[in-house]
Amino acid sequence: MAMQKHPEKIIFEYSRPGRGAFGQWPTERHSPNEPASGIPANLLRKRKPLLPEVSELEVVRHFTKLSQLNFSIDTHFYPLGSCTMKYNPKACNQYAMLPGFLGRHPLAPESLGQGFLACMYELQEMLKEVTGMQGVALSPMAGAHGEFAGVAMIRAYHRARGDLARNEIIVPDAAHGTNPATAVMCGCVVREIPTKDDGDIDVEALRQVVGPNTAGIMLTNPSTCGVFERRIKEVAKIVHDAGGLLYYDGANLNAILGKVRPGDMGFDVIHMNLHKTFSTPHGGGGPGAGAVGVSQRLLPFMPIPVVGKEAGVGKDGDRYRWLTEKDLPQSIGRLSAFMGNAGVLIRAYIYMRMLGREGMHRVGEYATLNANYLMARLARAGFDPAYPGRRASHEFIITAKKQKDVLGVSAMDFAKRLLDYGFHAPTTYFPLLVPECLLIEPTETESKEALDGFVDAMIAILREAETQPDYVKTAPHTMTVRRLDDVRAARQLDLTWKPATSQGLRPTPENAVPS
Amino acid sequence: MPFNPQTPGDVEQMLATIGASKVDDLFDEIPKDLRIESLAGIPDALNEMDIGKLMSARAAQDGTPLNFIGAGAYEHHIPSAVWALTTRGEFYSAYTPYQAEASQGTLQLIYEYQTMITSLTGMDVSNASLYDGGSAVGESALMAIRAHRRSKSQRILVPTTVNPFYRKAAVSTVGNQGVKLEEVPCPKGSLSIADLEKYADEDVTALVIQQPNFFGVLEDVDALTDWAHAHNMLVIASVNPTSLGILKPPGEWGTKGADIACGDCQPLGVPLSSGGPYAGFLTTKMENVRQMPGRIVGRTVDMDGKQGFALTLQAREQHIRRGKATSNICTNQGLLVTAATIYLSLMGPEGLARVANACHARTNELLAALARVKGVKVAFDRPRFHEAVVQLDRPVAPVIADLARKGIVGGFDLSNDYPELGNALLVCATETRTREDIQKYADALAETLKAAVRAA
Repeated sequence: MAMQKHPEKIIFEYSRPGRGAFGQWPTERHSPNEPASGIPANLLRKRKPLLPEVSELEVVRHFTKLSQLNFSIDTHFYPLGSCTMKYNPKACNQYAMLPGFLGRHPLAPESLGQGFLACMYELQEMLKEVTGMQGVALSPMAGAHGEFAGVAMIRAYHRARGDLARNEIIVPDAAHGTNPATAVMCGCVVREIPTKDDGDIDVEALRQVVGPNTAGIMLTNPSTCGVFERRIKEVAKIVHDAGGLLYYDGANLNAILGKVRPGDMGFDVIHMNLHKTFSTPHGGGGPGAGAVGVSQRLLPFMPIPVVGKEAGVGKDGDRYRWLTEKDLPQSIGRLSAFMGNAGVLIRAYIYMRMLGREGMHRVGEYATLNANYLMARLARAGFDPAYPGRRASHEFIITAKKQKDVLGVSAMDFAKRLLDYGFHAPTTYFPLLVPECLLIEPTETESKEALDGFVDAMIAILREAETQPDYVKTAPHTMTVRRLDDVRAARQLDLTWKPATSQGLRPTPENAVPS
Repeated sequence: MPFNPQTPGDVEQMLATIGASKVDDLFDEIPKDLRIESLAGIPDALNEMDIGKLMSARAAQDGTPLNFIGAGAYEHHIPSAVWALTTRGEFYSAYTPYQAEASQGTLQLIYEYQTMITSLTGMDVSNASLYDGGSAVGESALMAIRAHRRSKSQRILVPTTVNPFYRKAAVSTVGNQGVKLEEVPCPKGSLSIADLEKYADEDVTALVIQQPNFFGVLEDVDALTDWAHAHNMLVIASVNPTSLGILKPPGEWGTKGADIACGDCQPLGVPLSSGGPYAGFLTTKMENVRQMPGRIVGRTVDMDGKQGFALTLQAREQHIRRGKATSNICTNQGLLVTAATIYLSLMGPEGLARVANACHARTNELLAALARVKGVKVAFDRPRFHEAVVQLDRPVAPVIADLARKGIVGGFDLSNDYPELGNALLVCATETRTREDIQKYADALAETLKAAVRAA
């Protein structure tokens, strides 16, 4: 699909008084002539809101054109490390959008939701099986929200035992930023431990920080360095012996699906990014879904609602119902108004049923095969893996330090130039401890030819870096925009469109930043 | 494995390049005793034809009953264009727009969203959205504490007229940080200054006002906002975006306007879908922009001076600030923001006002019809928007169950959250309910109540 190469006007620039998508509006038959009878005048709006007045075709054309300014999985290889950008099957969307699912009110009686609740119950059971946990709650709405639920449960567990001093969360320096941010949001103090040169965490440093204040540790395994934490059982023992619990950040679960389970490694609580491992869409930044799994001792603290099953009740067989505060009085509570991102959960359910038992194993296997193949080919092409002696998990790190030092071309420059070659950039400059870092995750749904094409592009950019480095350093050259002025974006805040700015970028007094 | 392209020949060549003899060798760093051989609890794979049959059967099982519940999630007409566009792969399967040059579509869309939602709420700035309207109240409370430096108490007043599901989500969000959300009882079905007087001399950080409130009643927002500001509190508005087609925006409440306005985008083109995914919105005044959680998009220029869009003020966020971020949130409900932006574009100012007026009119008709049923009384005789409390002469739960058997979702039973209201039911009618629907509900309710009398 061709990228739209021209910038698109702001929708308000199409707006003309008196125009509209009239076919969508309630008619006189629905809406009486005298508006808002019975509402006092001081509670009514005086001025119309700034919304566009445009025809339906103008809306369709505008947003279609905007969509064409995006890279996406459907159009491009997207080797974005830590993000698991794999194919989002069309069936998952199609069947999640059946009228019976879309139209169901979250507070409708359970008798009118048995089909939906059956899917949710079975999803909980399947997630328990693939993670080796004892209970699953589905309501957290993103990975970070699942982290929040997990750390909140760890705190609730210690509190319920009267163990009130435990407020420290240990986090490796390579962790996602959400880990320390979550710990703070749960009222904890963060203790950071270093990562060793081989990518494993420093177990000796861990021994030094654990103690009577340890609430728990947050780990990603395989880690954000793209390697499996080999001493995980020892880590679990150290933390458990000190009285702490282990939190598993499920960002990299795709790497080990069907091979090894967090529950068996000794983790007490885990979140799963259903938008990664179970292929629900990323949607340009959400919605995700961050279901949590728990060990036996955290079962009473799960966030509500959870779906329960009463077997063989009534003439219809099994009956499903919401478990609430009454069933789980020690629950950390409700994290969303209703049932989290229910529509995303249905998509994950469909995906898991389509994979089935055998398909689960293949996810981990082919994700790992693709990653190791891509790493081997890039290493041969002259790029330096950050952890050369290690197996890649489903992702791996290339460090462009050599290219930066010798050619002056940075990881960012490679990333931007890749866009011109039709590849989304890998994750750059994360984890922070690897200089000039490109974190690459191909996922299992990419073909060998797609991977080879990426390697060819990287080799071509390396040649360009040697012969015309300035061209690489000013990439991209073929997108609708070139590199953007982030400093200006932050200093001269322009966060909403105003009629006065339609012809250019004149900042007005009201959008100047207060100092 | 349904979605894998690797042929046996590919696998052989790839393993040779890696220098491994079999795929299993790639897992040799995992301790052997941790490896699993099977996932016995996972059922056999279904192909698309089979999963299609299963899901169709389950969706059909839940049916499409006639719905009269709102309570924070509202059934509205959703134009076909909304989801036809939103589910385009370029929106649906795109990542967070960190690579700005490859994400101009999503970024510009969010900028347009920010423009529409700030105008609807009468505020200066918006983020790119939060999870939902419930967690948005929690994030707003935390933001108010950061913004109101002179207040040391971390106390936020939350009247019981605020959606109880929002209150619960907010408590779970802020509880571990020592923030206190204090309930203010509102026995008259709306918040009055008299309910607040006992806090007049205390250090309170903020007051939450929901408009329309959970009972559908319109609060006296001007007086409440001025009272809170006079007593050194910030005002957090939790508002329904459809209602803002006709109701005064929070930015114009009282003399100075609310400080933060939040809510849920669900009524703007997002299906009910058993509770999600929805999108929370959060808007505020320019002076608080650096205290906002979540992503914000700004317009800027590229190297050639050409207009472009990028995420901005990222130094508030977890991927930069880690433990010092304004929130741990790393998502915005991007796809739902896409739907809401397309919906608002199709509706425009007049279409949205018409939807709001139609909801208001339909709810008045519903109340008139229900009031004629013996054993039903309408509570709280105050101005309202598109919801209301009705009281029955007997417990609500069996009545709702009986209506469900007739294919009618009759309302939300308030007796768990508001036992003081007796046998109370919260009902709602939007523009999607016809006069015939309303009559059908009234007739069914009359029949249910009559049958119960006969049975007694």
